[in-house]
Amino acid sequence: MKVLLCHPSREVDIMGPKRVKELLRELKLLPEAVLVIRGDELVTEDDILRQEDHIEIRPVMSGG
Amino acid sequence: MRCRKCPHKAVLEIPRHHTAFCKRCLTEFVCGQVERAVKHDKMFTKADRVLVAVSGGKDSLTLLDVLHTLGYHVAALYVDLGIGDYSKRSKAKVEAFTSARGLVLHVHELKEDEGAGINDLANLISRPACSACGTIKRHHFNRVAVEYGYSVLATGHNLDDEASRLLGNVLRWQTEYLDKQGPVLPASVDGFAKKVKPLYRLAEREIAAYAVVNKLDYIVEECPNAVGAKMLLYKDVLNRLEAESPGTKQAFYWGFLAKQEAEGGRTMAESDQAMLRPCVACGQPTTAETCNYCKMMARAIATKAP
Ligand SMILES: [Zn+2]
Ligand SMILES: [Zn+2]
Repeated sequence: MKVLLCHPSREVDIMGPKRVKELLRELKLLPEAVLVIRGDELVTEDDILRQEDHIEIRPVMSGG
Repeated sequence: MRCRKCPHKAVLEIPRHHTAFCKRCLTEFVCGQVERAVKHDKMFTKADRVLVAVSGGKDSLTLLDVLHTLGYHVAALYVDLGIGDYSKRSKAKVEAFTSARGLVLHVHELKEDEGAGINDLANLISRPACSACGTIKRHHFNRVAVEYGYSVLATGHNLDDEASRLLGNVLRWQTEYLDKQGPVLPASVDGFAKKVKPLYRLAEREIAAYAVVNKLDYIVEECPNAVGAKMLLYKDVLNRLEAESPGTKQAFYWGFLAKQEAEGGRTMAESDQAMLRPCVACGQPTTAETCNYCKMMARAIATKAP
């Protein structure tokens, strides 16, 4: 699956299917610091992402 | 995962509240938390004209959207700091957002008024851009609120912002700042607008989720000046603690507020009244003869002159 990441902006290829929770662990991201978006829908940690999905991992932090 | 309130699919899990919500229930939760803050902390009523400081980011646009939806009388203020492309894009988001909702938008252009972009200015006075930016924004937020007769100034500070700032202050025992960390700063003297933070009960992630499910078009990228700022480190540390022990952030910040209230805090209004006087240059309240903003501008001009 294609996964879009920020800071710096880049796209990585990850083998699906995979649970959101595992994807975040693999990418060493804290669930508290990001939202995982499939298409334009938010998904939760137990959702399973498929090989053909386009995923965006969006950081939730702002500087102030 | 299912929503805990209805049969729909959940879009966000909220471990600190042991719950999960679908789109509609998340929206209700966010609006409810804001309404609770506004009423419980006596921030303002439907009779007040509220000026919301907006940056184009998720927090300020969510705040504007929620207050407008709840039927409060809101207008927006955007301070254009001239941080190249970032400022251009964020300003465009704010303009589109307010015009789509028929809201009044005040824009203050830093370039025109002060003759320097924030980065030039920070270089001139050798201070970090974020701290110069904070001083400038505070000056204009207060000025516009008072000039246009808004009774309250609302900012989009969330639970993560407040908890990380508290952590920073406590780590260095900067106790003099703790008095000003509440979600409501009263209009202690004439010329000072009342300041409120209606998002203080909501974590950054909940606000971002609200913005995504309600399709708010906000600027996702970080201000280029903030990358590497201390606050981001504190937020990261708190998120690590939160992951291990949900509810830590809330216990830290809300616990501080409860303790402050129990100790009869809120003495700031009185102590301010004794110490504040109009700045000799701009007339805004300050504890010194000249306010921080005017001092900074004077230094920038002096350094710039050949
Ligand atoms: Zn629901
Ligand atoms: Zn001044």
